[in-house]
Amino acid sequence: MTDELRRTALHATHQGLGARLVPFAGYEMPVQYSSIKEEHEAVRERAGLFDVSHMGQIQLRGKRALAAAEELVTCEVSTLAIGQARYGLLLDESGGCIDDVMLTRVGEDEVFFCVNASNVDAAHGWIREHAGASVKVENRSRSTSLLALQGPAARGILDGLCSADTPLPRRFRVANCEIAGLPVLASGTGYTGSPGYELYVENKDAVALWEALVEAGQPMGLRPAGLGARDTLRLEAALPLYGHELDRDTTPFEAGLDRFVKPLDRGFIGAAALSARADEPDPKRLVGFEMVGRGIARADYEILIEGEPVGHVTSGAPSPTLGKSIGLGYVPRSKSAAGQRLDVRIRTKDVEAVVVETPFLP
Amino acid sequence: MADYQIPDDLLYTQEDEWVRHEGDAILIGVTDFAQSQLGDIVFVELPEVGASTEAGAPFGTIESVKAVSDLFAPLTGEVLEVNEALEEQPELVNEACYGDGWLIKLRATDGDEFDGLLDADAYRASVSDRDQ
Repeated sequence: MTDELRRTALHATHQGLGARLVPFAGYEMPVQYSSIKEEHEAVRERAGLFDVSHMGQIQLRGKRALAAAEELVTCEVSTLAIGQARYGLLLDESGGCIDDVMLTRVGEDEVFFCVNASNVDAAHGWIREHAGASVKVENRSRSTSLLALQGPAARGILDGLCSADTPLPRRFRVANCEIAGLPVLASGTGYTGSPGYELYVENKDAVALWEALVEAGQPMGLRPAGLGARDTLRLEAALPLYGHELDRDTTPFEAGLDRFVKPLDRGFIGAAALSARADEPDPKRLVGFEMVGRGIARADYEILIEGEPVGHVTSGAPSPTLGKSIGLGYVPRSKSAAGQRLDVRIRTKDVEAVVVETPFLP
Repeated sequence: MADYQIPDDLLYTQEDEWVRHEGDAILIGVTDFAQSQLGDIVFVELPEVGASTEAGAPFGTIESVKAVSDLFAPLTGEVLEVNEALEEQPELVNEACYGDGWLIKLRATDGDEFDGLLDADAYRASVSDRDQ
């Protein structure tokens, strides 16, 4: 017996656009409207509009909200200004990743975590369990819609719609803006590697905001874009996807996310385990690679070095911007330097690849 | 149902391949419905010339951005030629699935197998059943 799939406030809009809808994290979501490549290119060259309302928002309020968040996440919280956002990881006691999150401070004693759609319940449960009784923890996911407007033309499109009294925030900042006459929490963040904004609105305003953006963006070549393009875009930017590059058996250091982890002596959940694991002889390390031989690497394909299996691919696809096939995967740290030759086992053939610096795009 | 091209002069399979007589040989490709379902084709893996095919068995793969799909042989036979243009231009399958996007040319060795193929009307009905 399958549960019915949930729908975002924009479901009818997607249907009207002829989107191909697929199940994702319990929601029916658009994977593409016209073509993944076209939508991907639109974001890189002009702008794309994504419905990512399936993602979760967990809000913490109270005098101890910031202190609680500080203990839960790997990034620095005490130094977050009001209106500032930071990327970090929620770890369990073994140092493994429960989720990767964007933490935003929206008030003196108020923060919210933007969490992956597939992890909303797990993240909510974990945060509620560890935040302490005096902190109000609320799962705002179902009442919040989220649109992502990404690409070089995003700013120009929003400028035309944003009230002069409520200027748009800069990168990694948020602001309460009036956009197309609607109250929007605008965030200078994104998951594509192109500049842009994520726009939080009440469900009841989602369609109106979408339509206003589409109308204003039309002359600038704005296209609706689905989860297919979202994945190829973030892959080019070498951004991790939970369930692929990150999971409970992976530490932030193994995933190359060292710069999002504050000093281990701060005592956040998982810090002690990370310390203890510091002298592991040759832990796995996430690398980016390009295919040299003919073939496309995909998640779970084996990686070999000199005939020996040493790891596996976590994500892979043809890169529309680069015109070659790229991927992310785990290999022993001793074999993770740029220039290292690898083989990817693609069905019955071992196809040559090479480790490259990430992100893949300049 | 969307308007898929289903030429009347071809034969088809349930796996969304088309078959056309070319003199003594058989030309094989994937249908308009197939290429539309797959999305942007980014990679096609075809057999070597001289390889054997077995009706119903995979003879290669076709990849879209997100997925890898098997190509199933409509007929038993020997591969005479493969479409090498697809190496550099896999998108020909999307753009001209019945023309420049052909996949392989086969010498069919079992004449009875043609009875198992669908004509255009039967294929049209099959697509209509499956197209949401």
